Amino acid sequence: MKVAIIGVGTTEFGELWDKSFRSLFLSAGLSALEDAGISGKEIEAIYIGNMSAGKFVDQEHIAALIADHAGLAEFGIPAIRVENADASGGSAFRQAYMAVASGMHDIVIAAGIEKVSDASDPMEVLSSAIDQEWERFVGANLPAIYAIIARLHMHKFGTKEEDLAMIAVKNHKNAVHNPKAQFRKEISVEDVMSSPYVAEPLKVLDCAPLSDGASAVVLANEEIAKRLCDTPVYVKACTQASDYFSIQNRRDILTFEAVVKASRKAYKISKIEPKDINIAEVHDSFTIAELIAYEDLGFAKKGEGAKLIREGETEIGGRIPVNTSGGLKACGHAVGATGIRQIVDLVIQLRGEAGKRQVNAENALALNIGGSGATAVVSILSR
Amino acid sequence: MVPRIWRRIRYRYNVIASYCESCGSYYYPQREICPKCRRRGIVKEVEINDEGTVLSYTVVNGRKIALIEFKNGTRMLAEVCGDIEIGSRVKKAFRRYGEDGEAGIIYYGTKFVPII
Amino acid sequence: MIGIVSYGTYIPKFRIKVEEIARIWNEDANAIKQNLGVFEKAVPDVDEDTATMAVEAGREAISRVRIRPEKIGAVFVGSESHPYAVKPTATIVGEALGIGNYYFSADLEFACKAATAGIQICYAMVKAGMIEYGLSIGSDVAQARPGDALEYTAGAGAVAILVGKDPIAEIEATVSYTSDTPDFWRRDLQPYPSHGGRFTGSPAYFRHIVSAAKKLMEDFGYSAKDFDFAVFHQPNAKFPQRVASMLGFNEEKIADGMLVKVVGNTYSASSLLGLCGILDKAMPDQRILLVSFGSGAGSDAFAIRVTEKILDYPRNRRVWDKVKNCVYIDYALYLKHRRMIK
Repeated sequence: MKVAIIGVGTTEFGELWDKSFRSLFLSAGLSALEDAGISGKEIEAIYIGNMSAGKFVDQEHIAALIADHAGLAEFGIPAIRVENADASGGSAFRQAYMAVASGMHDIVIAAGIEKVSDASDPMEVLSSAIDQEWERFVGANLPAIYAIIARLHMHKFGTKEEDLAMIAVKNHKNAVHNPKAQFRKEISVEDVMSSPYVAEPLKVLDCAPLSDGASAVVLANEEIAKRLCDTPVYVKACTQASDYFSIQNRRDILTFEAVVKASRKAYKISKIEPKDINIAEVHDSFTIAELIAYEDLGFAKKGEGAKLIREGETEIGGRIPVNTSGGLKACGHAVGATGIRQIVDLVIQLRGEAGKRQVNAENALALNIGGSGATAVVSILSR
Repeated sequence: MVPRIWRRIRYRYNVIASYCESCGSYYYPQREICPKCRRRGIVKEVEINDEGTVLSYTVVNGRKIALIEFKNGTRMLAEVCGDIEIGSRVKKAFRRYGEDGEAGIIYYGTKFVPII
Repeated sequence: MIGIVSYGTYIPKFRIKVEEIARIWNEDANAIKQNLGVFEKAVPDVDEDTATMAVEAGREAISRVRIRPEKIGAVFVGSESHPYAVKPTATIVGEALGIGNYYFSADLEFACKAATAGIQICYAMVKAGMIEYGLSIGSDVAQARPGDALEYTAGAGAVAILVGKDPIAEIEATVSYTSDTPDFWRRDLQPYPSHGGRFTGSPAYFRHIVSAAKKLMEDFGYSAKDFDFAVFHQPNAKFPQRVASMLGFNEEKIADGMLVKVVGNTYSASSLLGLCGILDKAMPDQRILLVSFGSGAGSDAFAIRVTEKILDYPRNRRVWDKVKNCVYIDYALYLKHRRMIK
């Protein structure tokens, strides 16, 4: 059964001091329902991506909690939390997609939420997405793993720190026109280059912030979508793959096998090729991750990711604009919400509602990665 | 908290990897099943005492963390004490990795030092 | 024939010079160097301690001979800076060395002579047929209160001595001299030791070493001329020089063991490190007098005769070569390395 997205909503991403975990979701959920033009009672299930409410705010069992505080308690619908580190949102989206595609449900919500700013060291929590016993133990954290990958990419392919900086610069530039973005200001390559190292060779401005935020989308089968919505956006494929958990066991640490596997499958299912993708939201938790995503998604040959950013091909106006929302880098990275936020932004683009950052696009791709790449979710959306 | 590090002491104090006799693959840290052969695999423990080569590294929180490769292809993430670059040769050293607070258990394990 | 089957040493690569410590306390570095005969001392890295150094020394000792670790039936670690007040260092060492689970083991503490006591225990256990090989390790990250005179000498290092039959150096005889003499001590929960100043000299160091050495010579019929080398505990360079002359040894006979000058007082490892410096060059049938000293107080004296087996024994890298590879640090880094600032 074909599945369409008929409503989207997101909070602003950032340090949302006045919002608690349970209140954060409400505005995203409500605006998604409003956007879909439904009251709420039509919803049959809710899938919530969340990485670590337990560590961030000491709250588990959050799906029912969120459903309740979103005003859905009276309906008694199933509420399911999905956890795959920062691919939780993408994974929740896929569960929701499968529920509708299978015919089990007609209308469902896929949402993501994370409240990070109540925790004293959010990066420590995010780093629990890598192997505690064999990576964290030796002193590595998530930036360290990406930094090790970045240094080898530079060594092997001649990628420069400046190339990585250009990705941050591009994403900040895009975020200026995104009202939901955390950092709506431009930065320069010099700004990035002069920011201090977090994990050599990655600097502060190579890293996405950790943000509070919640996003929600409403999915429905084609029939209902056509009835309720003038501009349904179709989910052409939603695939997920896993890889060896630790970089110690990956044959080639410069290739995210999970991304390659998930995207190849998505291209096959959707019959859409990389060259047909007009816009993408990719998981730039670190600038090197976006650069390698160019290669693993088939936008560039392995080792030639830097060429794309140098030649402006992934800018708005380029051949394949990437992260027109600002990406995780500038829109913000609300961990479990990010995968849903990517879908929200692509739907806005495909509907032609993106204002100054509008790209003329037929087919869009979202890539959501968990941790250092052991989980990847790829979604291909079309008008 | 229970000092759960205890279960891994044997594998941290020395570089003990897994070797699949069926397909010849090495894995570190040790694992009970070979992902290539699964139930057909015969997995044995094997201690690695060779020198290693730095495949890549970073400096984070003032510590050098490197991905080290051994002759048989096994790779291991570990801290390196001393100056390194990609390709540097290193050998194992027994060091402290951390502690569970001032009153807690001390974590020992294998780090590496450059070969002079 | 029972004795030393193998030995291993570990000296951390960092050094601090007497000048640098004297600079902090406005003292006259030249006077200190003259008084103590010590020029610099070894300092561990931030992630090194008594256990890590003991493991490194033990690994070297085992790697130099073709003995499966499981054949080692006893492990003793002597130290006055065990990382835990309760929980043995020896089990950490035994595990890291792959000795298995069936071995006799304990941590020993007798100030700077705990490891020579460990050698005596291993010797006795081998002789009694209880074990085939025994490992005694002296390892210390010596503590000194900032500003205390001890700060100029309190070094760090470890020595592992593997005791068994068919040795490279036979232990011909050993005696101990022990008394209740409070020259140097550290109370429970105190971070730094206290000492009796000049009281540590004649009634403590000199009395015990001389008494043990003389008793050894009397009981077993040796005189100073029977020994080609002598090595004594080295709290500084002056004490062993003076005790050597008191016992009739010239400078030449102790020179190869005088590592204190460049690594400081390595406490439980001190006299043994000197012994290793001598074993590194000794030839078959040469005889060594080893006398340790532990405050509190006691001395263990040994007559050690080098055997033919030393010719086939791999002695590289030699201790004196090892100490050359060093990195000098300043006082602030020294405090950090010693975890006095965190």
